[in-house]
Amino acid sequence: MSKQEQPPSATEEEADEERAIGPVTTGSESVIRALENAGVEAAFGVQGGAIMPVYDALYHSDIRHITMAHEQGAAHAADAFSVVRNEPGVCLATSGPGATNLVTGIADANMDSDGLVALTGQVPADMVGSDAFQETDTTGVTAPITKHNYFADDPDSVGDTVGEAIALADEGRPGPTLVDLPKDVTLGETDAEPGPATPPETTQPQYVADEADVREAADAIEAAERPLLLFGGGVIKADATDEARSFAREYEIPVVTTMPGIGSFPEDDDLCLSWAGMHGTGYANMAITHTDLLIAVGTRFDDRLTGGIDTFAPEAEVIHIDIDPAEISKNVHADYPLIGDAGIVLDQLDDAIGRAPEAESWREQCLTWQDEYPMDYATPDDEPLKPQFVVEVLDEATADDTIVTTGVGQHQMWAAQYWTFSEPRTWVSSHGLGTMGYGLPAAVGARIAADDDQQVVCIDGDGSFLMTIQALSVAVREDLDITVAVLNNEYIGMVRQWQDAFFEGRRMAAEYNWCPEFDMLAEAFGARGFRVDDYDEVADTVEKALSYDGPSVIDFHIDPAENVYPMVPSGGANGKFALTEDQL
Amino acid sequence: MSSDDFKVTDDSDEDLPKHGLKGPSPDERPHPEGRRNSQGIRIDPEAEAEHEPRRAVISALVEDDPGVLSRVSGLFSRRQFNIESLTVGPTTVENHSRITLVVEEPEPGIDQVEKQLAKLKPVIAVGELDADAVRTELVLLKVEGDEPDKVHAVTEMYDGQTLDAGPKTITVQLTGDEQEIDDAIDAFRQFGIIEIARTGYTALARGNQATVPGEKPGTADEPTRPTNAQ
Repeated sequence: MSKQEQPPSATEEEADEERAIGPVTTGSESVIRALENAGVEAAFGVQGGAIMPVYDALYHSDIRHITMAHEQGAAHAADAFSVVRNEPGVCLATSGPGATNLVTGIADANMDSDGLVALTGQVPADMVGSDAFQETDTTGVTAPITKHNYFADDPDSVGDTVGEAIALADEGRPGPTLVDLPKDVTLGETDAEPGPATPPETTQPQYVADEADVREAADAIEAAERPLLLFGGGVIKADATDEARSFAREYEIPVVTTMPGIGSFPEDDDLCLSWAGMHGTGYANMAITHTDLLIAVGTRFDDRLTGGIDTFAPEAEVIHIDIDPAEISKNVHADYPLIGDAGIVLDQLDDAIGRAPEAESWREQCLTWQDEYPMDYATPDDEPLKPQFVVEVLDEATADDTIVTTGVGQHQMWAAQYWTFSEPRTWVSSHGLGTMGYGLPAAVGARIAADDDQQVVCIDGDGSFLMTIQALSVAVREDLDITVAVLNNEYIGMVRQWQDAFFEGRRMAAEYNWCPEFDMLAEAFGARGFRVDDYDEVADTVEKALSYDGPSVIDFHIDPAENVYPMVPSGGANGKFALTEDQL
Repeated sequence: MSSDDFKVTDDSDEDLPKHGLKGPSPDERPHPEGRRNSQGIRIDPEAEAEHEPRRAVISALVEDDPGVLSRVSGLFSRRQFNIESLTVGPTTVENHSRITLVVEEPEPGIDQVEKQLAKLKPVIAVGELDADAVRTELVLLKVEGDEPDKVHAVTEMYDGQTLDAGPKTITVQLTGDEQEIDDAIDAFRQFGIIEIARTGYTALARGNQATVPGEKPGTADEPTRPTNAQ
């Protein structure tokens, strides 16, 4: 029986009666009321001196608080919650080191456009600037990595400020916001009830694209001979996967996704070429290289996708659909910019297109590339366990709506390459910032956000797992049913791969053979631990771990020599991806 | 599920490399001729051209949030925008300020400057000024006071004012466009310039034209409504 199923004790019932926040009397109660007004169900954080008044108000609230072991984990968990729920996640931390520990997670959310609201304690306003105990200029530190941040200076308005921060995090292109809460403001008396969460007047995204622009883009689509759809993370953020799928199928246009766009289109669909970029599939990169019309939706053309800009989609006119005007022609010139919401603009295009492009031979070419560059790997008897095999077994053993979280590195690439994704918001990873250690706290956040019958699997690397392993204590305490699969090659493997390819094999600081025994460590935390060395143990152990009702860790000792392919060398041409080491 | 479902068979491995994937190597594949320049614009390989940097005067209406200036300057440093000058001051509306920026960037860079500025929450509206905009700069010059009559004559010539005259130094104020100021400074060099303080441009659109999109000239205390930056 899990903790959630146990009958409440008498003391818990008494506590429940206290959990009815009455009229607002303090700034901190106003903060919590603002969260409740916005429908916030869960928050992730760590206590501390300057944030204590906010926590004290949270004591009387129905909002579920998950106490994390480290603030970085709180930010990642709230970020993953936001990805899975498609609504802002909330994290809390105290001033000084609490706030600075959030920075990595906030920067991660900023790069991946994840709605995140960080509430940080701060020393009393009249001490700000005096270098007081646990004082950091939090709004200064986080200005470059937030959509906007706020320094609350008045108990009467602090609730509305928090409401605005939540609304702004969710409006248009999502992103992280932060409210710095000085202790005198949260302790201060007020009876001002915050209104509904309202975004600021100065930010007004445009949701509907200009009709004349749509008409021009529609004409270009009709005339294209080699059209290609590129679905980015924005398709998922805009909740536009239905529109995106029906658009691609109606006009029979092949689809490539970006890595954050994984799940926007089913990867087992005939039109889908999976994801493009540095470690994307050969066929996706061939399609990108040879398309004559790239219809990009909700992507910012990160360099990991484009390779060298000079060789990116060099034959293509570009239609770029984005809610953020600043992304238009930032990295890749847009011949047909369409500013608006992905779903709305795709519908506008659908209305404007008279006939599907004649692209039969192009579609055949894309299928030929799929045959020419298969994502297929060898499992020779004289080599240790291949990580790709582990990912495929995990995929087979779990339902289609299973959520996968990852850290960053080789394991992340193998997970993205060999797990067949078909649903949005089931791939939860750190893309733009590339944050090692994202996976485990993200699994905690995803587990809280997911439906009860959804499985959550964290595919991690030994290096990433070690960075935020303290979150395992949270999973145990909260009795969260997550399965962690560590693809352990005793290396910081992606670095090792680059050292071998570009640094003449000098493996400086990349060997992790001092790693602890992760199965035993998991047991020490109170989770279930397993170790797998051979092919014939994989399926049974996966089954045991998945069926265990609680956190479990499988330490897969994989082939330390295995590398990630295809690979487009940094700044190289997408079409010149290497398939083996000697091609790098 | 049992382990039998995942038997490793080597039948399919015959033509696969032990490490890596099979398929035509990079030099066996077709590669297109086309290219993009560093600004992401498709180019004719025969006649490669990029936008040359140009100077632009940009005006931004902002809310007087604490830290608005550091948000703007932080944006310029972190995005590596080339900024020549920045001036700021109040407008006809309480709690609003106008920031006037001079930037030197290629066309796509100027476009990015405007769009990234518009994304900042305290920024209400942004626009680039036309070439015929009214723009002026103020400079304070402190020169050696050995030849007060000559200094006074040059000051008159440039429609300047003497703000401070002592036995050792004379401080004058000049206003005008950048070229006039540069000429004047050259003219004062003969006396020995001790110190200079320049403000950089401040500017307004000419005539009845709004300086930034959506701004209503002459309507004091009516806040400008933000427009979608395009």
